Amino acid sequence: MSIKRSAAIVGVAEHELEKGKVPGGKTVLQMQATVAKRALEEAGLTKDDVDGLFVAGSWGLPGVGSMPSVTMAEYLGIRPRYTDSTNIGGSSFEAHVGHAAAAIQAGFCEVALILYGSTQRSNRSRNLSKGRPSEYTAQFESIWGMPAPVGAYAMAAQRHMHEYGTTSGQLAEIAVSTRKWAKLNPKAMYREEITVDDVLESPWICEPLHLLDCCLVTDGAGAVVIASAERVRDCRTKPVWILGHGEAHTHTLISSMPDLTVTTAKESGQRAFEMAGVTHDDIDLVQIYDSFTITVLITLESLGFCKPGEGGDFVANGRTAPGGDFPMNTNGGGLSYAHPGMYGIFLLIEAVQQLRGECGERQVPDAKLALVNGTGGVLSSTATCILGRD
Amino acid sequence: MQQYEKPLPLIDSDTRYFWEQCKQKRLVIQKCMKCKKHIFYPRSICPHCMSDDMEWVESSGRGKIYSYTVAHRAGGLGFQEDVPYVVALIELDEGVRMMSTIVDCDRSELKCDLPVEVVFDPVTPDITLPKFRLSR
Ligand SMILES: [Zn+2]
Repeated sequence: MSIKRSAAIVGVAEHELEKGKVPGGKTVLQMQATVAKRALEEAGLTKDDVDGLFVAGSWGLPGVGSMPSVTMAEYLGIRPRYTDSTNIGGSSFEAHVGHAAAAIQAGFCEVALILYGSTQRSNRSRNLSKGRPSEYTAQFESIWGMPAPVGAYAMAAQRHMHEYGTTSGQLAEIAVSTRKWAKLNPKAMYREEITVDDVLESPWICEPLHLLDCCLVTDGAGAVVIASAERVRDCRTKPVWILGHGEAHTHTLISSMPDLTVTTAKESGQRAFEMAGVTHDDIDLVQIYDSFTITVLITLESLGFCKPGEGGDFVANGRTAPGGDFPMNTNGGGLSYAHPGMYGIFLLIEAVQQLRGECGERQVPDAKLALVNGTGGVLSSTATCILGRD
Repeated sequence: MQQYEKPLPLIDSDTRYFWEQCKQKRLVIQKCMKCKKHIFYPRSICPHCMSDDMEWVESSGRGKIYSYTVAHRAGGLGFQEDVPYVVALIELDEGVRMMSTIVDCDRSELKCDLPVEVVFDPVTPDITLPKFRLSR
């Protein structure tokens, strides 16, 4: 069964930030309302056209956030006939894209709205949290004080270094190239160039990961509107077609991850490629979840852009930077643009803006086909989308 | 004895026997009687074959460091004074992995795949944690 070209992304919007925080002390509901309105207006649709609603988040817990699609539908006055609060971490929105396209193809809805918002930076207290509750399966991990999630990613990096000889300098290269893209994006939080030495000299967070191997902590909100092939014709924007999709997950505890050097991007990516009927060489740009530099390296290998263990060589010499032959994370990524907890929706937004040719200084020339891969939890879940313009 | 400030396991009916045995300085894991695979963490259904015929067996307590990190930020209340400290994934000889820490070690000598053995640390009158040290 394929969802290829059954639906297209017709509207996207991201909320503006000031130094990583939402201006004016807006709530997470206000932020999501703002981006929902903008994304629908861009598409030439109204909230009454929306009959599918997809929301994931970590706001309002315990409380109204436990049913995020229900709460946002109430706030926005939307009466969906298809609803989905799937939360598999930061990759949730890449999963939502596949779910929305499948629901549209099956006739359950025609116009889907995907939403995310977070005020985690504005909310951040100075007090150290108690850590995660040590109940159920987590009782075997919370007791050891592993900083979550960074400690788990550090363990993946350590294992990758052990098996393949990958170096901190190779990981740093990813942060350096990503910052060069951020320099071209006026919305990015950090825009000053950095060097490999800057990364290596930044403080340890969890060895072998340094501060500059880690994503930012910001607020943020994003919206994506998807319409059926039929409804696309009524929209103002150039459609960005959903050509392929895959999703998979293996664990919530890092001790249960089958192999710390491979993610399920191997499976979700393969399914997306097969559905889209394209190969790696056809892809013009990629948006890869960069929670940490190691996430990118392992994901590139898992997706098959290079062989296991070759990720370090693959990203060398600024290959993923502006002017390189493998444009990646062209908005500056979670490492330099913004990272409001569950970053996956911003990967989609950037891919769509690139495919529509709206990215100004950072525009990848003649971009036709993009691969977006989200990773959630502690390398727990992945979802891959292949998107293309006409 | 100093007050133990770190999180403790919220023991439930899947895990009670494991923690009781730790208190007796025995490291136990489950074995599926149908597919003969070892399992950790403890649960009521075998994740390999869905059999519910599981038995507890004593682990050798020996294994190797599958991976580890040295945390330079505290991962929750109670860990601030320990920074930097080691969190490790131990792969037991029986083939299962568990999270733990490495005690009595010079952090600079740690490497993946080094052999380790269990040591028991009674952190409260009720809870004994299985920690590991490098095998001599
Ligand atoms: Zn079994």
